[in-house]
Amino acid sequence: MSKTLFNSGHTACAGCGQSLAARLVIDAAGPNTIVVNNTGCLEVFSTKYPETSWGVPWIHSLFENAAAVASGVESAVKYLGKGDQINIIAQGGDGGTADIGLQALSGMLERGHNILYVCYDNEAYMNTGVQRSGLTPFDTNTTTSPAGSASFGNLRPKKPMPEIANAHGIPYVATASAGFAQDLQRKVKKALSLKGPKYIQVHVPCPLGWRHETNLTIQVAKLAVETGLYPLVEYENGIISARRQITPKPVEEYLKVQGRFKHLLKNPEEIKKIQEIADNNIKKYGLKVEPQQQVNPSA
Amino acid sequence: MKEFLEGSKAIAEIVKLCKPGVISAYPITPQTHIVEGLAQIVADGKLNAQFVNVESEHSAASTVLGSVACGVRSYTATSSQGLFYMAEVLYNIAGMRLPVIMTTAARAISAPINIWNDHQDVVSLRDSGWIQFHAEDIQEAVDLHLIAYRLGEDKSIMLPVMVCIDGFVLTHGVENVNMPSQEEVDKFLPPYNAPYKLDVTNPMTLGPLVDPDFYTETRFALNETHREALELIPKIILEFFKVFGRNYNGLIEGYQIKDAERVIVAMGSVCGTIKEVVDELRKKGKKVGLLKITSLRPFPVAHIYEALKNIPKVAVIDRALSLGSFAPLAGEIRAVFFGKPKKPKIISSFIVGLGGRDITKESIKEIFRLLTGKEKQGEFIDLKPELLRESYE
Amino acid sequence: MFGPLVCKPGSSRNNKTGPWRTGLRPKFLKKDCIACNMCLIVCPETCITGQGKNTYDFDPDFCKGCGNCAAVCPKKDIEMVKEGDA
Repeated sequence: MSKTLFNSGHTACAGCGQSLAARLVIDAAGPNTIVVNNTGCLEVFSTKYPETSWGVPWIHSLFENAAAVASGVESAVKYLGKGDQINIIAQGGDGGTADIGLQALSGMLERGHNILYVCYDNEAYMNTGVQRSGLTPFDTNTTTSPAGSASFGNLRPKKPMPEIANAHGIPYVATASAGFAQDLQRKVKKALSLKGPKYIQVHVPCPLGWRHETNLTIQVAKLAVETGLYPLVEYENGIISARRQITPKPVEEYLKVQGRFKHLLKNPEEIKKIQEIADNNIKKYGLKVEPQQQVNPSA
Repeated sequence: MKEFLEGSKAIAEIVKLCKPGVISAYPITPQTHIVEGLAQIVADGKLNAQFVNVESEHSAASTVLGSVACGVRSYTATSSQGLFYMAEVLYNIAGMRLPVIMTTAARAISAPINIWNDHQDVVSLRDSGWIQFHAEDIQEAVDLHLIAYRLGEDKSIMLPVMVCIDGFVLTHGVENVNMPSQEEVDKFLPPYNAPYKLDVTNPMTLGPLVDPDFYTETRFALNETHREALELIPKIILEFFKVFGRNYNGLIEGYQIKDAERVIVAMGSVCGTIKEVVDELRKKGKKVGLLKITSLRPFPVAHIYEALKNIPKVAVIDRALSLGSFAPLAGEIRAVFFGKPKKPKIISSFIVGLGGRDITKESIKEIFRLLTGKEKQGEFIDLKPELLRESYE
Repeated sequence: MFGPLVCKPGSSRNNKTGPWRTGLRPKFLKKDCIACNMCLIVCPETCITGQGKNTYDFDPDFCKGCGNCAAVCPKKDIEMVKEGDA
C-alpha cells in the first residue's frame, strides 16, 4: 500500500472520481493540514464511525458551512501563532458549495481567510441520489431535472463558480480535473503556497450518477476537458494566468459514454446547443491550440 | 470594583476578562452592544483575540465551532431569529461536545416580528443539549458567564453553555455592577485545555457519520452529562464564592419560600419584580414567595421537588408558549411532582410578558390573587381581548 | 460521560473492501511496464504499489475492481480478468 493521508477502506463506489481527487488533494497538501468537510459523499464514505480514512485532523461541519467552520479553524490557528505552519482546507461538493454553501463561502472569501476551498464538482447532489444542483450542466438528466417527453433535462447552464470566487478579489482560483492528476496536485501546492483565500474546483466523474462504466472515470474526466466543456484555467489576482489548451473534440464523444446524456443522442438540436457551450468556452478562455502555438507547459 | 454599567457593556467586559481567542460577531437587536463593545476592546488592544465579522448567525456559530474544535476558547452572542438561524449548528456543537459559550439576549420570535423581550427564542432551544442559564440581573449575568466557561470547559462536562439575559431589560438596562479583576478571574477560571482537538501532531476525525449501531450511546452520554452537571454546578458555585464572595445557588433560588403558602416560579429579570412584590405582600402578612429557576438545562428536578413539595399553591410564569400544548416551564414543573409522595395542591400556569409587554407589580399581585382560586391552565394574565377578532381584518 | 465521538487516524484500513469486487480483478502482466506510475496515481483505493519497471501490483484486500488502472495503462500491461483466473 502506498503511503497516503487518505487511506484505503473507504466506502466510495468503485471508480469514484471524488475519492481519487480527495486523495490527490490531501497528499499534495501534506500532514500539516487541517481539513473541514461538508456533508456529502466524501464525508459519508470516508468517516463512518469508528473508521476514518483521514490521516490528518478532520472535522465535519454540516452541509453549508465548511467555509465558516474553516474560518473559525483559521482564526484559532492564527491566534495560536501557527498560521504559517498549518494548511487549512475546506471542502465540499458542488451543491454544498454553489447552492447552500454560497453564503458561507462568500463570507470566507470576503474576509480574506488563509484557507484553500476545494469544490468537488460531480455536477449534482450525488449523496442524496443524483438531484440537480446549481453546477449541473445544461440538458443533464438528474432525478429532479429528469429527461421526459416534455423536457430535455436541466434547463440552466452551470453557475460560473470560479468566476464568482474570482470576483471576490482573491489571490488564486483554478479549475482542475480528476483526469489530470499531476495538474491537480500542482494547483493544490501552488494554492497552498499563497496567503489568503484560494478556490479550486475539481471536476470529478461519478460512475453512478453519470451512468458510465467504472473503468472510464479518467477517460470521461479527460473528455470533459478535451471537448471544452470543462475548461482548465488558473486565475491569479483576478486575471487568467494559464489555461490548458486543447485540440477540441466534438462534445458528442463526451456525451455518448454517459447515461445521463443518453436522451440527447437522438436530438442533434440539443447536441448543437451543448457544442455551442463548449465553443463559447474555447473562445472565451483561449483554449484552442493554434497551429504555430506552443502547448501550455502547465500539463 | 463597583461600576455603573450598561448590561451589554458589562458582558463585553467579563468576556474580555475570560480571554477568548476567537470571537465571532453578527449583529441582531438587542445584542448589538455586546459585540460592538468587544470590537472596541479588541481594537484598543485590550484583548488579544481574532474578531471575525461573519456574514450570518449560522456562520457565527460555525466559526466558534471551528475555533473551539482547535482548543481555543471562543465566544459569540445572538438573539431570536439569529438563534433560530444557527439552531442546527447549536445542536451540532452540543453533539460534538464542544464548549462554546454564548450570550443569548432573550427576545420574541417572528411572526409577528417583534424585537422586545420574552423567552420564546431560548426556551425553544432547551432540547439542543446546551446548558441554559437565566440571569435575573446584570450582576448575575456577569457572574454566570464566568461560571459558564468554568463549567462548559470542564473535562468531565465538555458541553456548550448559553447564558440568557432578557433583551433590552438586561442588555440596555444600567446597574451597579461589581466587575472582578483579571487576577480574580484568572484564579477562578483556568485556561481551556481541550481533551480532543484538531491537532496535526495528533490527527483525529471529529464529527464522524454514526449509524444506528452507535448513535444512541452518544445521545445517552449527552443526557447523562447533564445529570453530572447538576452535581458539578454546586461545587463550582462554592469555588466561585471563595474567590468572589458572591453567593448563588446556581440551579434555583428560593426567596421567602420556607413558610410560604403561595409561590410563583419564574425565570429571568421578572424575578426582580416578583421579589419586590413578595416583600410588599409579606409586610402585609401574606405568606408568599418566589422560586427562581436559574438553570433551565440541566433541569434541577430534585431541587425543585424539595423546594416546592410542601407549598400548597404554586403559580408558574411562562414567558413563552408551546403552541398547541402546555406552557413549557409549567409542563416541566408539573412533571417534577408526578408520581411523587408530596406535591402542591395547585400548580397553575400563567403566560405573561410576551413580545416585551411589561410585567407590572399589578400583574404579579393578580397572579398571587388568582392562586387563591381554582387551578389555571395557561392563563394569559395580560391579554387584551378587544384586539381579538374572528377574521383577519 | 462520553459516547462514540472521534475516530483514530487511518482506521479505515480495518474495512477490507476487496469483497466488493463483482467478478473482475486487475492482472498486472509485468511485461511491457514502463513505470509511468499512472496506475498507482489513478487508483481511487490507493491500493497499487510499485517502483520501477514491472514491479507494480494491486492489493486484493482493498481493490474494488473498477478497472481504471487497466484503462489508463499506456502499454496495456494490465488486464481485467475474471476473479479466480490465474
